[in-house]
Order: sequence, then structure tokens, then C-alpha cells
Amino acid sequence: MDYFFQQLINGLTLGGVYALVALGYTMVYGIIQLINFAHGEIFAAGGYLGVILLSYMASQGLMDSHPWFGLAFALILAMGYCAMLAMAVEKVAYKPLRQSSRLSVLLSALGMSIFLQNGLMLTQGVYDKAYPTEFTHGGFEWLGVRVSFMQIGILLVTTLLLVLLNTLVFRTRIGKAMRATAQDKVMSALVGIHSDKVISTTFAIGAALAAAAGIMVGLYYGSVRYDMGFVPGIKAFAAAVLGGIGNITGAMIGGLIIGMVEILAAAYIPAGGEYKDVFAFVILIGVLYFMPTGIMGENVDDTRV
Amino acid sequence: MTRGSRKSWQYFGLGLAWFYLLLWPLLGIRDGELHFADAFAVWLRVAVGATICFVLYRLGKAGRLDGVLSPLAAARDAVGDALGRAPRWMLLAPVIVFALAYPMLTNRYAQDVAINVLVYICLGLGLNVVVGLCGLLDLGYIAFYGVGAYTYALLSVHYSVPFWVCLPICAIFAAVAGCFIGYPTLRMRGDYLAIVTLGFGEIVRIVINNWMALTGGPNGILGIKSPGIYIPHFVDGSFSFEYLLLRKLEYLYYIILALAAFTIVAVHRINFSRIGRAFEAIREDETAAELMGVDTFRFKLLAYALGAVFGGLAGAFFAARMRFVSPESFTFIESAMVLAMVVLGGMGSIPGVILGALALVALPEAFREFELYRMLAFGGAMAVMMLVRPAGLWPAARMGKRSDDTE
Repeated sequence: MDYFFQQLINGLTLGGVYALVALGYTMVYGIIQLINFAHGEIFAAGGYLGVILLSYMASQGLMDSHPWFGLAFALILAMGYCAMLAMAVEKVAYKPLRQSSRLSVLLSALGMSIFLQNGLMLTQGVYDKAYPTEFTHGGFEWLGVRVSFMQIGILLVTTLLLVLLNTLVFRTRIGKAMRATAQDKVMSALVGIHSDKVISTTFAIGAALAAAAGIMVGLYYGSVRYDMGFVPGIKAFAAAVLGGIGNITGAMIGGLIIGMVEILAAAYIPAGGEYKDVFAFVILIGVLYFMPTGIMGENVDDTRV
Repeated sequence: MTRGSRKSWQYFGLGLAWFYLLLWPLLGIRDGELHFADAFAVWLRVAVGATICFVLYRLGKAGRLDGVLSPLAAARDAVGDALGRAPRWMLLAPVIVFALAYPMLTNRYAQDVAINVLVYICLGLGLNVVVGLCGLLDLGYIAFYGVGAYTYALLSVHYSVPFWVCLPICAIFAAVAGCFIGYPTLRMRGDYLAIVTLGFGEIVRIVINNWMALTGGPNGILGIKSPGIYIPHFVDGSFSFEYLLLRKLEYLYYIILALAAFTIVAVHRINFSRIGRAFEAIREDETAAELMGVDTFRFKLLAYALGAVFGGLAGAFFAARMRFVSPESFTFIESAMVLAMVVLGGMGSIPGVILGALALVALPEAFREFELYRMLAFGGAMAVMMLVRPAGLWPAARMGKRSDDTE
């Protein structure tokens, strides 16, 4: 039973991270019906920026006294950087294609993803970059379950960001504008909502969440790699679809489920560890086959799916 | 300078500044120091290149380049007209003669590149059936290539079945895999279909990578036999057949040339048959096609199977040529490459796909010193192509707009 709770905690940590990435997919898809393939690369860029900033601060001796402050600072800077990156990607590759076919935008997104991934490789090298280790040790044991401080940190940051996002989307003007644009772009433009601005903001918010997830994954596994964005990106997309694409609460639930399934499958199914990446895809296909609108999704009209 | 152009210059400057802001953290912070020179050097190159492109674009838009462009356009139209009037065999004959004489004119390296191009032509045309004709976006196409390659590899290594017998078997296996993947995805359209096929492609790769007992996992399979032929052999008046393995690159070139020719003819025949019309009807408007009596379910499955057949054939050749297969050859990026060929060349257009394969395989070989930047340029080119020429280099003659897009 201890083993089960241990896996549950691990799954919760991983699932929270997937949920953060999934939010970026689901919000963008909700507004402009585009699978933003480049989102996974923005997640990777966030992880890299975390490494860059943390090692710089460590070398300057800024991390000695208050390492967690340093981490928070890096987190915020990386989120800002990725928001800028995502806005640039949107302006260059998606905005000029608003009126063209869905396939064109999708391919442009795919091209952008390959471009960013190789940009990361060229600037940062092909090898893994290690995160500083001072955050990885330390923790406590409670009823036989080992919880590291980092897992608690990840859970706390994830929860905080999710709460912030919920407030932003459901309690502020810009959130209202986003929901209106997602529902009907033409109508919301007619009542004076600047849809380009809303779309830019959506990309920026999604990217900031992905950047935070990138740093946390980097801390969790101890290193980042230039192609680390692809598989988590697809898993997060699976999470978004599972929860019902376009639905924010759904993306959170979907992320948690995918993370849990992955960890539990690796723990309990023989050879599950090697095949752990398969489960997200199997869930994705299963969901789309049996309930195409996901867990929380509404019935969207046929042309949208 | 008009107000509009001033504004566009302002945006351009802003974009460049933005780019520096994005570039600097990746290049400038390392070894505990802040560097500015490296990032600036890279930025300057990009900025100069972008400024030249932008100036040309503005000049073209303002009509200043008409003196150069309109004669060029006129010349292009004249050449196009002349080509259109010439009978088809006159255009095809030199191409065929060149393709047949190619190994005699070139060295090993050039033959190697040509073989690669031909393999990708087969793949591109196969995917063209699914994406170009039927409008089903498939991001896991390379799985069929993998199925073909592994089928031949396993049959050759364990049962030493000859290549020519394996070829149809590989095609059948790939077609079965196509139906297998196609069946559950047929209810989905557009984006969902893309992501699910991507998932299937990854599943196939992960299974190949982890099923150690069958596929050798990441180590791959070694010792695959080359294709062989029986040649008549006369010794002292007695007559016998001798089995000869075709290891030389020239022979392999002719085999893949034959496969590519078969693919081209087959895809051409499909395109202008009843099946091809049905595919195109599904591409243009699935609901309308269904209402007009096209059995969309059957035809979509058929499109997957047909596309997979060509992928399987190319895969079998790939295994025979390399005499080694490993999961690394069947990654998502390969699927994206093949898709990019189809899209860059022009969806649904056979000469377009051939042009796309040439552009994406042969051109990078000409710029070998920039090898590192190859995928970067490839991703960028894919995005830029969508902006400036979404129909591709050589668009198909018949192409409409999907009804889904006009919502």
C-alpha cells in the first residue's frame, strides 16, 4: 500500500506538470482551433532558460543564501521569456495565416516546431544540460511514503499557477474577452474586443505556463535536452483532448489522469516502464474513438472536429 | 515614403529588436559571464539577410521591380506555353533517357544521393495518395516504411526469403497496417486525425524499439541480404542459372528507379480513375461526397491501404540497400520530412511531389558545409512556404478548398 501511495504522489507531480502544458494547447485550440505544435518546444525553451539562469546565478554566488528565491526568480524570468517567444511565433507563423486553410496553419506550426527545436540545438548543443542539484535532495518520510521537497514545490507551484489562471480567465476583463473570442470570434469583434490582442495574450499565457512546467520537469529529472519538448508536448495534447479540448478544467483533469496512468502503468504492468510513452497515445486514440469530445467537452459541431 | 510603408518599417525594426531579445539569453549567458558579441554576430547576419528580403518585398509591392519582374514573368509564361503545346512524350523522353544513363555519368556519391531521392519519391507519392488526393492528414506515415523495412529484414534474416518474393509480402503487410491504423481513425477529421496518426507512428516506433526478442530493439537487425537475380550462365556448353546478389550501387539504383517508376505510374492511374475521383470528392467535401453515394468509409480505408503499399515497397528497398534496419530511421521527423515534400511540391500533384523530394533531399547535399543548419532551414522553409505559396511549387491541376476551412 505504501508503494501505491508513493506512486500516487509521483503521478500527481507529473500529472500537474502535464496539466500546465496542456492548458497552453487547450486555450489556443479553444480560440483559433489550431494544434500549436510549437508549444512543446516552448516548454523545452523554458527548461533551458531555467538551466541558463540558475547556473549563471550559482556562478555569481547568488544561490548560496536563498536558493529558493533564486529559483523563483528564474521561474518568473523564464515565463516572461517564453511568453515573448510564443508571441513572436504567433505573429510570424500563425497570424498571417488566419484566413488560409487549416492544413496550412498546421504545417506552419509543424515547421515552427522543427525550427525552434533545431534553434535550441544549435545554440545549446546536442547534449543534456544538468540542473544544479541543490534542489533535488531533501525531503521527508510520512507513513512510509517518501516525499521530496522538490515534489512539494512542484505541486505548490502548479496549484498556485492553476489558481492564478482560473482567476485570470473567470474573474478579469481579459479573461472574459478570451472566453468571448473562443465562443464567437466575429461577434466578439463586433462588440469591440480586439481579437488579435486576445489571441496574443492567450499564446503568452499558455507559453508562460509551459515554461514553468519546463523548469519543473528539468528539476524533476535533473537535466534538459533540446528534443525534450516533443513527447511531453504530445502527452499534454492528449491530456487536453482527454479533458475535452477548449476546456480549462478539463485540461487540468486530463493532465492529472495522463500523469497518473503513466506512473501507475510503469509501476504495475510488466514491461510498463519501456512502454510508458505508449499509454498516453493509447488513451488519446481511445478517447477520440469512444468519446470524441472528451470528459468535460461540450458537443461541438461536426465541422470543428 | 508613405505612411503605410513607414509603419511597416517600424514593425520590421520592432521585429528585429524582439529577435535580439529572444536570441541573447540563449547565446549570451554562459560560463558565469554575460557575453554580447556572439549573439550580436548571429543577430547581425540574420538582420542583414532579413533586411535585404524586406527591402525587396517592399520594392516589389511598390512596383519598383516591375522592370525586372514582368519580363521574367512573361518569359516564364512563354516557356510554360511552349511546354504545354509539346506532346508529352517529347518532354518525358529526355527525362527517362537521363534517368537510365545516370549511373554511367556519375560517381558513387551522386548515385547514393539519387537513390535517396528516389526512395523519398516513392514515400512522397504514397503519402500523396492519403494527403494530396484524399485530404487525410497523416503524420505517422513513416510507420508503413518501417513495417515494410522490418518485414523484409525479418524474412530475409530468419527465413532467407529472396527480395523479390518479399516485395509483395511487404506491400501486403504495410497495407494491412494501413487498414489497422486507418480503421479507428476514420471517424476523425482534420486536426484530430493528424494527432492520432502521429500517435500511431510513435507507437510503432516504440514497439520496434522495445520488442527486443523480435526486432533487436535499438540495436536493429544486421545481415539483411541484398536483392538477387538469376543470370544465365554458360559453362562448357551446359546452361545453368547463377544466383547473383546485387550489391553494386548501380544495380540498386536501377531497382529503386523501377520501383519509383512503378509508383509514379500507379499513382497516376489511381489519380485519374474512379477511385481517384472518389478520393478527390472526399477531399473537397466529405459530407457532399457521402450524399452523392461515395462510400467514404471504404474509400478512406482504401486510401490508407494504397498509400501504405508504396511506403512498404520503399521500406523493403531501404532495408535491402542498407542491409541494416534500426528504429532510428523511422522517427517522427522522417514523417515530417515526407509530408513537407508533399506540401512543398504541391499536394495531389505528381511532378510536384517529385520536385519536392528533389528539393529536400538533393539541395541540402549541395550545401553540405551548412549541414548543422539543415533542419533549421527545413523547418523555417516549411513555415515560410505556407505564408508565400500554400499550394506548393507545382500545384495540382484540380484542387478546391475544403468546406471545413470556410467556417
